[in-house]
Amino acid sequence: MVEEALIAMTAQLARLGNPSSLHTHGRATRKTLEDAREVIAKEVGCLPSEVIFTASGTEANNTALKGLYWQGRDEGKHVVVISSIEHHAILDPAHWLEVHEGAEVIQIPVTHDGVVDLEFLTHLVTTRGNEIAVISVMHANNETGVIQPICKVVEIAGEIPVHTDAAQSFKKVPLSFAELGVYAMSLSAHKTGGPLGIGALILRRAVEIPALLHGGGQEREIRSGTLNAPAIVAFAAAAKSKYYDSAKVSTLRDSFIAGISSALPEVIVNGLKADRLPGIVNITFPGTQSDTLLLLMDAQNISCSTGSACSAGVHEASHVLLAMGHDEVSAQSSLRFSFGATSTSADVDFAVSVLPDVINRGKAANLS
Amino acid sequence: MKLIAAMSGGVDSAVAAARAVEAGHDVIGVHLALSSNPQKYRSGARGCCTIEDSHDARRAADVIGIPFYIWDMAEEFHDGVVEDFLAEYAAGRTPNPCLRCNEKIKFAAVLDRARAMGFDGVVTGHYARTQISDSGKTLHRAVDHSKDQSYVLSVLTVEQIEGAIFPLGDTTKVDIRKEAEARGLAVAQKPDSHDICFVPSGDNAGWLRDRLGSEVGPIVDQDGVKIGEHKGAYTYTIGQRKGLGLTVPTADGSPRFVLKIEPVSNTVVVGAREDLAVSTMRGERAVWCGPAVTAQLQRGFVQVRAHGAALPCSYFFDGTLLTALLDEPLLGLATGQAMVIYDGDRVVGSATICETE
Repeated sequence: MVEEALIAMTAQLARLGNPSSLHTHGRATRKTLEDAREVIAKEVGCLPSEVIFTASGTEANNTALKGLYWQGRDEGKHVVVISSIEHHAILDPAHWLEVHEGAEVIQIPVTHDGVVDLEFLTHLVTTRGNEIAVISVMHANNETGVIQPICKVVEIAGEIPVHTDAAQSFKKVPLSFAELGVYAMSLSAHKTGGPLGIGALILRRAVEIPALLHGGGQEREIRSGTLNAPAIVAFAAAAKSKYYDSAKVSTLRDSFIAGISSALPEVIVNGLKADRLPGIVNITFPGTQSDTLLLLMDAQNISCSTGSACSAGVHEASHVLLAMGHDEVSAQSSLRFSFGATSTSADVDFAVSVLPDVINRGKAANLS
Repeated sequence: MKLIAAMSGGVDSAVAAARAVEAGHDVIGVHLALSSNPQKYRSGARGCCTIEDSHDARRAADVIGIPFYIWDMAEEFHDGVVEDFLAEYAAGRTPNPCLRCNEKIKFAAVLDRARAMGFDGVVTGHYARTQISDSGKTLHRAVDHSKDQSYVLSVLTVEQIEGAIFPLGDTTKVDIRKEAEARGLAVAQKPDSHDICFVPSGDNAGWLRDRLGSEVGPIVDQDGVKIGEHKGAYTYTIGQRKGLGLTVPTADGSPRFVLKIEPVSNTVVVGAREDLAVSTMRGERAVWCGPAVTAQLQRGFVQVRAHGAALPCSYFFDGTLLTALLDEPLLGLATGQAMVIYDGDRVVGSATICETE
């Protein structure tokens, strides 16, 4: 968490008052909270009334996807279109809608570089546009960092509501709700230096969708529940903070890629030709298994990630890399490295220096 | 040493990992995911490798303060243990899958991977001991004979024993639970797992029937006269008396026992108790846990079940088969079981029983 957020949160935790209360303490909290809403709205390029606070990015995704689907279904539209590289917080609610709510889910394939296939989408919208309730395409992928052409998706979609999960992008690359032209956008505070347990759904003014949570009618009656003022205030402080230097982070990432590619020429940088977020790089190390590499890197105090794990914690091939044309084996030989605001060139040099030995051990373990 | 602690989510492996850390080793906890489709919860004392077990293992590693990872060994386990179990039953033999798991997974796939990654060995919560002697590192029974697991470890070669660390062999189970409690490990009172981990229902016969079918075949007496029918010869074990469903009584009214299972003709042969007596057994696929057994006749003990008695015998190895000559005959011995030779508390080696007489 960035310092400004920590200070703001701590101060707010000490203050009394439910923002929904009408008395003085309540009004004071409401004032602080609405200030925070305005800060976030300004940072994200939307109206304050378009900010709906949720407890997570996952909740924002669920609220948007299910709500927009139910709204469309009332008009006889039952198709949900998502990209094949969505986070599980979109994939799983889409699957749930298919199993429980009569939706037909269509996935947009991606190119080898991990960018949604706009021709596929164009054809789909041309042939079945009047059946589509919602299109959801993430703003940037969490595993590869590849940025998606959301403006073009919106253009192709026409009148069809478009949602984008921008959890990865906010504060990393320029992001404007108004300029994108989407109906809905999901954010997560902890991805931007804010606290855990707070997110937001940015939902276009006058778009009213059925709620997931019913109760006190907060947040345009789309998300009932007492507002978490300390977390919201901290979210705003992080959103306003200038802690993240995109240019510096992308320089670190590029020098890491250069170092690795020269030390280990056989590696594949996934999505290399596409526009990517500054801080994420996904690399395939042929002949290895990524869970072994993760353990060995961890032992060197370097944290990196594998695609995903099932509920039992078993490493699985990443659906994102599979969608980009990898087979199971090469998808399971890939690691994601993330660089943050506090990363240094010494960190990059150290990671580059230990990787060849890690890869050698990883290859030996794979053959054992 | 740099060690991998195999952590099942049970109390034994948790304490074993903690003891290894305390002994000054650099330890990393690893939970082996052995099923590609694990159950969420354990039902009673049966099964293991559920999602709940992996959480218990992770929690124990966190309390001990060691890194923790999950290794997917589902494919290796299926090919090396489950398939072998089925094939052995289909061949009319009675396998011990725990032994196969130690042989092919814990001290092979895991140990090999650990060594390739730069680790020196694998720590497990087995009740067994190792000792360093002039002839190298040897495998011995645990002090708690009621919990001793040296039988299922008897498939380890000298090289595998070199990489095996058993920190619990000098302690009783009761004390291990107390120690776990004192260490703040929530699994201290978790029930022991029994039976076969990949048959969570505990219904081995039903599990086998689902996979091997239930082709009806004859139950015959020793003269080959058909006296009944069965639904799958593999659901019987040598020495079994109950559940045969025979309606033709013997002349003297004495009970009948399963003497033999013939998979090719799908026949179960039954006969009198005394016909179960075995005084010689021979085993194939011999493994030595120390110096190799020779053709010279030696005195020792043979054990044929995980918690069975150690039977006085003479034994020798002719280069192909390990033979044990029992001092006193034994009733009911199935092929496929492991015969494990002991010299006092030391495990000499083992073989898979292929002939009895």
